[in-house]
Amino acid sequence: MPKVTVDGLEIEVPDGATVLQACELAGKEIPRFCYHERLSIAGNCRMCLVEVKPGPPKPQASCALPATDGQEIRTDTEMVKTAREGVMEFLLINHPLDCPICDQGGECDLQDQSMYYGRGATRYRMNKRAVTEKYMGPLIKTIMTRCIHCTRCVRFSEEIAGVDEIGAVGRGEDMQITTYLEQAAEHELSANVIDLCPVGALTSRPYAFEARPWELKKTLSIDVSDAVGANITLYSKGREVMRALPRINDAVNEEWLSDKGRYQVDGLMRRRLDKVYMRRDGKLQAAGWDEAFTAIAEAVAGDKGSIAAIAGDLVDCETMFAAKALLRACGSNLLEGRQTGMAYDVSNLAAVNFNSSFAGIEEADAILIVGSHVRWEAPLVNVRLRKAAKRGAKIFIVGPAWDTTYPAEFIGTDLAILNELPSHIAETFEKAERPAVIVGGAGLKNAHGKALALAAGWGAAFNVLHMSASRMGGLMLGYAQKGGIADIAEAKPKVLLSLGADETDYASFADSLKVYVGHHGDAGAHAADIILPAASYAEKDGTYVNTEGRVQFAEKAVFAPGDAREDWTILRALADALGVEVGFDSFGELQSAMIAEVPALGEEGLADYGALPEADKNTRAEGEISAYPVRDFYLTNPIARASEVMQRCSSELLHAGELQEAAE
Amino acid sequence: MALADKDRIFTNVYGFQDRGLKAAQQRGDWDDTKALIGRGHDAIIDEMKASGLRGRGGAGFPTGLKWSFMPKESKDGRPSFLVINADESEPGSCKDREILRHDPHKLIEGALVAGYAMRARAAYIYIRGEYIREAETLQAAIDEAYDAGLIGKNASQSGYDFDVFMHRGAGAYICGEETAMIESLEGKKGQPRLKPPFPAGAGLYGCPTTVNNVESIAVVPTILRRGAAWFSSFGREGNAGTKLFQISGHVEQPCVVEEEMSIPFRELIERHCGGIIGGWDNLLAVIPGGSSVPLVPAREIMDAPMDFDGLKELGSGLGTAAVIVMDKSTDIVRAISRISYFYKHESCGQCTPCREGTGWMWRMMERLRTGDAAIEEIDMLQQVTKQVEGHTICALGDAAAWPIQGLIRHFRPELEKRIEEHNAKFAEAAE
Repeated sequence: MPKVTVDGLEIEVPDGATVLQACELAGKEIPRFCYHERLSIAGNCRMCLVEVKPGPPKPQASCALPATDGQEIRTDTEMVKTAREGVMEFLLINHPLDCPICDQGGECDLQDQSMYYGRGATRYRMNKRAVTEKYMGPLIKTIMTRCIHCTRCVRFSEEIAGVDEIGAVGRGEDMQITTYLEQAAEHELSANVIDLCPVGALTSRPYAFEARPWELKKTLSIDVSDAVGANITLYSKGREVMRALPRINDAVNEEWLSDKGRYQVDGLMRRRLDKVYMRRDGKLQAAGWDEAFTAIAEAVAGDKGSIAAIAGDLVDCETMFAAKALLRACGSNLLEGRQTGMAYDVSNLAAVNFNSSFAGIEEADAILIVGSHVRWEAPLVNVRLRKAAKRGAKIFIVGPAWDTTYPAEFIGTDLAILNELPSHIAETFEKAERPAVIVGGAGLKNAHGKALALAAGWGAAFNVLHMSASRMGGLMLGYAQKGGIADIAEAKPKVLLSLGADETDYASFADSLKVYVGHHGDAGAHAADIILPAASYAEKDGTYVNTEGRVQFAEKAVFAPGDAREDWTILRALADALGVEVGFDSFGELQSAMIAEVPALGEEGLADYGALPEADKNTRAEGEISAYPVRDFYLTNPIARASEVMQRCSSELLHAGELQEAAE
Repeated sequence: MALADKDRIFTNVYGFQDRGLKAAQQRGDWDDTKALIGRGHDAIIDEMKASGLRGRGGAGFPTGLKWSFMPKESKDGRPSFLVINADESEPGSCKDREILRHDPHKLIEGALVAGYAMRARAAYIYIRGEYIREAETLQAAIDEAYDAGLIGKNASQSGYDFDVFMHRGAGAYICGEETAMIESLEGKKGQPRLKPPFPAGAGLYGCPTTVNNVESIAVVPTILRRGAAWFSSFGREGNAGTKLFQISGHVEQPCVVEEEMSIPFRELIERHCGGIIGGWDNLLAVIPGGSSVPLVPAREIMDAPMDFDGLKELGSGLGTAAVIVMDKSTDIVRAISRISYFYKHESCGQCTPCREGTGWMWRMMERLRTGDAAIEEIDMLQQVTKQVEGHTICALGDAAAWPIQGLIRHFRPELEKRIEEHNAKFAEAAE
């Protein structure tokens, strides 16, 4: 641990720390543009210059200089001040003074730092540089004249996303950041470069000219677009969520967010269910709450227990618990959340959990992925896998090939290969010190048991990668039947409560009264007999459990539109209509009851599911993985499907070729 | 005290003789190279240290000392490399070209001996892209050497395996910077790397690497053959040896000539270049070391010794010893402005002060050329050069700043005169 002196203050810094980090530890702010904790060091903006002794008699770039014992660092001398002023002046001579029309205004590093470290006025009286526009797709708006060439976006694409899409061409003052051929940045994390851009060169296209940061209300929330549970902040103005940005949480999303989580929020304003509807003469018509409740009560009259609930992908634990309490009061236990008919064994939740944890999977040195298109099912987990691969992990994937961002071997689509793994793979795992197995949606049905057995044999960490935000919470609350959703269909419930379930095949519930409690006019609403408008994730407080069993809490950002209510209040009112007692009258009481029943849901952090079950060594995997569950990354949930931005992404980035063909 | 013919290292610098292997061997190259190698790694490095050879690429870092930074043994199996900088792009410099096209075997033999001394596995010669014929010559010489068993497996029967590769650049000045050259060799965009780590720790492909100038390497075998004492007998203390001077500009006979270090400027010009055009009174200024060093006005340079320390005392530098002579017909402001344009054009664009500063300085110089500026702007330009100098990743920022600083230091009255004339003209027109 080297000891250094920063402005006269002696501190000890960790081994391998840079001078910049040492200064931060000493509480000194070092201005910077190109330096970013999660990217490689470029050292090209020269804003972080400090004076270091011993060393040459000139200012040193602190971001790239290792802190060594006995260094004397000054951040407050005339030399440092002049150096910062000089660099700032250089950055500004060719930066347009268009802050009033720049979307970065108010959260711009260049703005802030020029206030603190710049000179009062410019001495440059010649023409400024103008740079031709670039096209980076439907999400990233470029105004490249503002670019200060920090190359954060280039480094992000190369290092984190693993997609060589952005680079710099030209040299000197003609250097330009571009996607080379004016093509869109086509990966699931592309919009993170907007956050990284310290100036207004890369801004959010859908959010262009929508709001200023200081007008927005910030609410801490959880992303529900996949089962990763990325920590986000919802920025809202009035009743509208304007944008979602990632929050830093090293255990979950680091500081990234998938494009879907970030840009599906415009779907919150479209195709919303804001009135009660009832199906009359085969058509959904607006109705009142009382009518609807009466109709439901009539449907179960005399046989209260004939009621079932299916949880959708986006619902929070409180909603699921409220429905569970309602069904219990009616004498039913017909709960299911696995909408597509999965029926894997959930008697031990450790066997369906991502036990390595996201941070832990980075450390793995051999990874077997069974039936998961990780890049689409959990882009942020893919980032971790890339890190593992960069550290030398060998990765093997069973399933149809997809474009990995790291070296990986696809070993076929036939699951039977798991029974007799090729020798080089088996050897890799036997020799590995920290092997891991990941089972995805496409592998759960036919290879769950075999994967468990393999993991047990190798002493590997066993992981299941889910895709829906409600999955682990639902399983903890008992939203699972032995035979899956088929059991529910077989029970032929008189009333089927659909809690935002839009992926279910409702044909098997033809005789049930289908009550859709949800927020978007999607598949579930189309099939429903009664629609009770409810709140989306942005419009209610709620607990979510991600695929690694991490319990997280999201807050309410805005109010639901029209007549829509928070889900639990609807279910509570329905209990009255059915004449049963659920035992809570407020959200607080509901939460307490839920926590009393499942204590893990009351504690933020990783839930403990105990040990993995004893694996059956003789089990065999069979069947073919013909396709992955996610067909279109941008359209996996009702909010995303309602989102214009996601639709555009889907048609432009994934189906551009088809359109071209059709036009020919 | 001029250098006698018997003491010349580059005996075919004018190309009067054949450049092939046979002719080179007649001139003494490849003469018992095995014995040179037989002296052992450290003995060679010690001899080089004793010779006082300073790097001929411009910075003048002691060559033997540089080699001694290379690891004595590979702890993790990484090989070491020697990279030879033949990307001679500095305006005014043309010495490496003469070596490459007339005496390539000196370089290749030097590569083997130097590579052996620093325990390198191979040498990469990075040659300037525009040197098309020179690259052909060099490749032919490399092939000859391979065929004769002088390099390759068991090079020169020494038992040491050593390869020499030639790599052609694509015409970027910045690739002459050692770390940018390494990047370029690796197939990346030629942008200088941050230091540390220094190339001797992690250079080409992350392996220990030494980057040397062509001339530094080409003189090695002769120094070893004739002894460090012989080499260090030339020049003043700390500036030992002979050096290829490249005199261009307003002299009667521009030439590339090997002379001993510390030769006075007047003697160098009189002896080899036939004097200044129009006589010594017509001399205006001299850029003594290639475009990147500050100019020196006539009265200061005339009797100055041409070596590292002597020119440093004059606020300039020896650089590559590319002496650019300018007589009084020269528009000195335009000359420096053109140099500024060169640096603006060649800045890689990686770091801020150089990317933005070179353009600013050039535009400012263009305005000073016509006098379309204010007197205060001269001071501002001086400050801008100071804001660039020492704030960049590599030395290109310094190289862009120095010529302008030299101009302001020595020719400020000229700049002010132009501004006054220009303003007077417009004042008249306004009346």
